[in-house]
Amino acid sequence: MNIDEIENGVVIDHISAGRSMDIYRYLKLDELDCCVAIIKNVRSNRMGRKDIIKIDARFPVNLETLGYIDPGITVNIIRDGAIISKHKLELPEKLVNIITCKNPRCITTVEQEIDQVFKLSDRATCTYKCAYCEAERKRQSPVG
Amino acid sequence: MRHLIDIEDLSLAEIDAILNLTDDIIANRKKYSEVMRGKKLATLFFEPSTRTRLSFEAAMLELGGSVLGFATAESSSAAKGESVSDTVRTVGCYADIIAMRHPKEGAPMAAIQRSKVPVINAGDGGHNHPTQTLTDLATIRRDVGRLDHMVVGLCGDLKFGRTVHSLITAMSRYEGVEFVLISPPELVIPDYLKRMLTQRGAAWREVQSLESVMGELDVLYMTRVQKERFFNEADYVRLKDSYILTPEKLVPAKSSLVILHPLPRVNEISHRVDDDPRARYFEQVENGKFVRMALIMKLLEESVQ
Repeated sequence: MNIDEIENGVVIDHISAGRSMDIYRYLKLDELDCCVAIIKNVRSNRMGRKDIIKIDARFPVNLETLGYIDPGITVNIIRDGAIISKHKLELPEKLVNIITCKNPRCITTVEQEIDQVFKLSDRATCTYKCAYCEAERKRQSPVG
Repeated sequence: MRHLIDIEDLSLAEIDAILNLTDDIIANRKKYSEVMRGKKLATLFFEPSTRTRLSFEAAMLELGGSVLGFATAESSSAAKGESVSDTVRTVGCYADIIAMRHPKEGAPMAAIQRSKVPVINAGDGGHNHPTQTLTDLATIRRDVGRLDHMVVGLCGDLKFGRTVHSLITAMSRYEGVEFVLISPPELVIPDYLKRMLTQRGAAWREVQSLESVMGELDVLYMTRVQKERFFNEADYVRLKDSYILTPEKLVPAKSSLVILHPLPRVNEISHRVDDDPRARYFEQVENGKFVRMALIMKLLEESVQ
């Protein structure tokens, strides 16, 4: 299967196999009118299988959120057919307004204008702690 | 400007400085009777707590300062839906320092986002209560003479007790402290605290019987085992008496043991223990006022600098 090389846009590579639709939905790629390719279950030496998303337009990508959704991702920014920057994502140390605290006793459940802030507490288990009540949340996908 | 939200906000050196000042206040009360003249403490209690609020107010009055505030959320503009951050920002225009208690966990962290004056967390739900922990540390240090190299027994409800969690967190930073965690299996400390103890290299073990470890302890921190925490009545009936401290159970204890309790107690320490010189829980209450005096001074000194 051939998907044309893009001239100006974003290639999101090394997505865990099966995760591309989560990212498609999170980035609201359905709202774009440019060409978007989702390539699933591509053979990969490193990962066995992986997904790839190609967006044929300049598009702002929130690297923090993508790093949270799928920490192994590589984001390539393409200009004039060449990669001008490559970002290897990992779990961010801090999340702001990406996930919400589920502790019913947390102040954020009653004061909804406060930023939802989480700090990484254990990278090995992808666990975050609410900056207010310290309730722990393991990484979940899709985000919420 | 500094706040105190969590006991871990303070370095060991800062805790030492607060406890040294506490000792000096106790030894020279007159010397400190005017140091906060003209300063105001606001006690914002979105949830009632007579003991902690009066302790803060007594502390500020004893330093020569004055106090204002409210004792329930119904008598504040929180009842009209004001955010805790707005309330604290507003009160910061009237007072030099704030002590707040709130039923929601993390409320003090939300409150300090825009506060212009130091905020002291006087308890946020079941989460933190750092001035209780400072009080516990002050009492242990005054009675034992140190905060390291000792065996600390914590007995009762170790699962839900925030004072227990904070004290374990604080004391695990000192070298050579061994924790004996005495509770029914239903009420053991949460996993995150076990992980923290292991990561910090602290020695700890869980036991179910208070009598079996009594002779080893340098400090015994008692808490109440509440009936509603049990899954069934039979377990409660079986276990409730094993976590009640009586003079008979104290027979094998060291003569230097320090018995503490965050209070209020119900029946977990027999009144017959109160006259034992090792019972230090009412001294602990008094130390709570002195430690709050020291904390108010330290935080206001920092904000002046």
